Amino acid sequence: MRRSVAVRIVGPVQWIVIPALITVAAAIVLATPVELFGLNLPEPVIPMVLAFAWPLIRPSVIAPLVLTALGLFLDIFTYGPLGLWALALLGIYAVVLASRSFLIGQDTGVLFVWYAACCGLAFMLVYLVVSLIARNPPSLLALLGQIVPTLLLFPFANHMVEQFDDGDVRFR
Amino acid sequence: MAFRDGPFENIKVPLVWTAALTVVVAIVVCVLLLISDVRAQTSAYQPVRAGVEAVTGPVGGVFAAPVRWFGHATDYVGGYFFAVSENRRLKRDLAELQPWRDQAIALKNVNSRYEAMLGIRPDPPVAMQTARSISDTRGPFSNARLIDAGSSKGIKVGNPVINEQGLVGRVVGTSGHVSRVVLLTDVASRTPVLVDRTDARALLTGDGSPNPRLEFVRGVGAVKAGDRILSSGDGGGFPRGVPIGVAAKGVDGSWRVKLFSDRGAIDYVRVMLFEDFSQLIGADDLNAPPLAALGTLSEATSAQTTAISDSAARRDVARAGVAQAQADAAAAAATAPAPTRPAPVPSPPASTPPTPQPTPQPATEPAAPPPGEPG
Repeated sequence: MRRSVAVRIVGPVQWIVIPALITVAAAIVLATPVELFGLNLPEPVIPMVLAFAWPLIRPSVIAPLVLTALGLFLDIFTYGPLGLWALALLGIYAVVLASRSFLIGQDTGVLFVWYAACCGLAFMLVYLVVSLIARNPPSLLALLGQIVPTLLLFPFANHMVEQFDDGDVRFR
Repeated sequence: MAFRDGPFENIKVPLVWTAALTVVVAIVVCVLLLISDVRAQTSAYQPVRAGVEAVTGPVGGVFAAPVRWFGHATDYVGGYFFAVSENRRLKRDLAELQPWRDQAIALKNVNSRYEAMLGIRPDPPVAMQTARSISDTRGPFSNARLIDAGSSKGIKVGNPVINEQGLVGRVVGTSGHVSRVVLLTDVASRTPVLVDRTDARALLTGDGSPNPRLEFVRGVGAVKAGDRILSSGDGGGFPRGVPIGVAAKGVDGSWRVKLFSDRGAIDYVRVMLFEDFSQLIGADDLNAPPLAALGTLSEATSAQTTAISDSAARRDVARAGVAQAQADAAAAAATAPAPTRPAPVPSPPASTPPTPQPTPQPATEPAAPPPGEPG
């Protein structure tokens, strides 16, 4: 007699919609005006985690659209030029999508280096666009203060990749 | 024949290519959005921004409330533990501030008198609206806050925002109950300022760091470390004299400003319902006669009346003396024989002050300038 095996169904709701909603909630929480001993809460660009993890999990049409929506939300929420963060997130997604055949199955260290490079590229893009629009380059120290917390979010991206990567060869 | 048995059996779903195509299309859309939106108040997307802020603002307020309660609780407890030291500090401050208060009262009195005498039209008093900060955006690319007061409380785009220490920023967007404030540290912030010591003008430019840059400083040695920086009011965006911070030399060699508003948490702020004062004057007021403001002068006191009468009497005596001297000279010239050369005009007595000639000059000929004065 064959026993029924519980099959975990991983659809876009699990690996796209729910993480996106968590990201929005985290962005709102981290924007709380808290000041302790002269220090504020860190403000990483949390959707960069998703922009890195999603193309590694599997290519999707929905993911870039949701990333665009997340970027536009960030633009409005942080009072930035509309399309700025969406462009940066899509840039990360495009780079990882193009190199996913190389990245799949790589060690965590390699993934972190790639994550740091993609985030650096995105921040550089945003820095150039803002400098062009405001005709005033932002402070590099302040930029570093946003890059470091964003890089520290890499464990979440790695966890997402390990949790949702089902090894389906159709996507390689 | 079933579909799976046909020639399309081995066709793989091109997910990578469709995803890549979606990315390209989305990037094009983002670039178009970026080009069309410049964060200006006239942007077509401003209602969208206001709508999102109207939704996220109250949510941020929910998270900010416990933080505020915790802050109040720690203040309450700390008040007991540090009551003695705080009492001593307050007494010291009070003793230091009392002479300043007396000077301020005296200067205010003198200043109001000067304003009345000169007919200066001072800025009208600015109404204030208190609000709470409910969301905070930091980072190199944006420094802005959401406050829980909007157009329903009379807040308009452009209103300056202060806290109890100094200038915080200005309102750049409003909805019914939420407003967006761009801080002085934002990369897009430009504030006309002046150096209190030298009255030199400069532009305060935010760059995402806690201490914005001081640019376009006019004059050599116009700024030195520790100078107080105030809003200059140039351009009409801010009232003049709002405290902003003190000048300091940055590590990059540029002049920067340590903001007063950073001395405490920016939790409660006050929105100055300020508008450019030139907008408050009607066109008819601008066309009024120059001395119309003298109508606002108050009645003179008896001491002032006496001083004015005394001055007028002295002036009349002096004029009479000059006229008498001229008449005597004319009579002497009439009785004496005609000289071959014209007699010199007698100079007035040294005791009388120099006064203009009472006789009018001919209209056809301009008056000759007196010796020693430029023509």
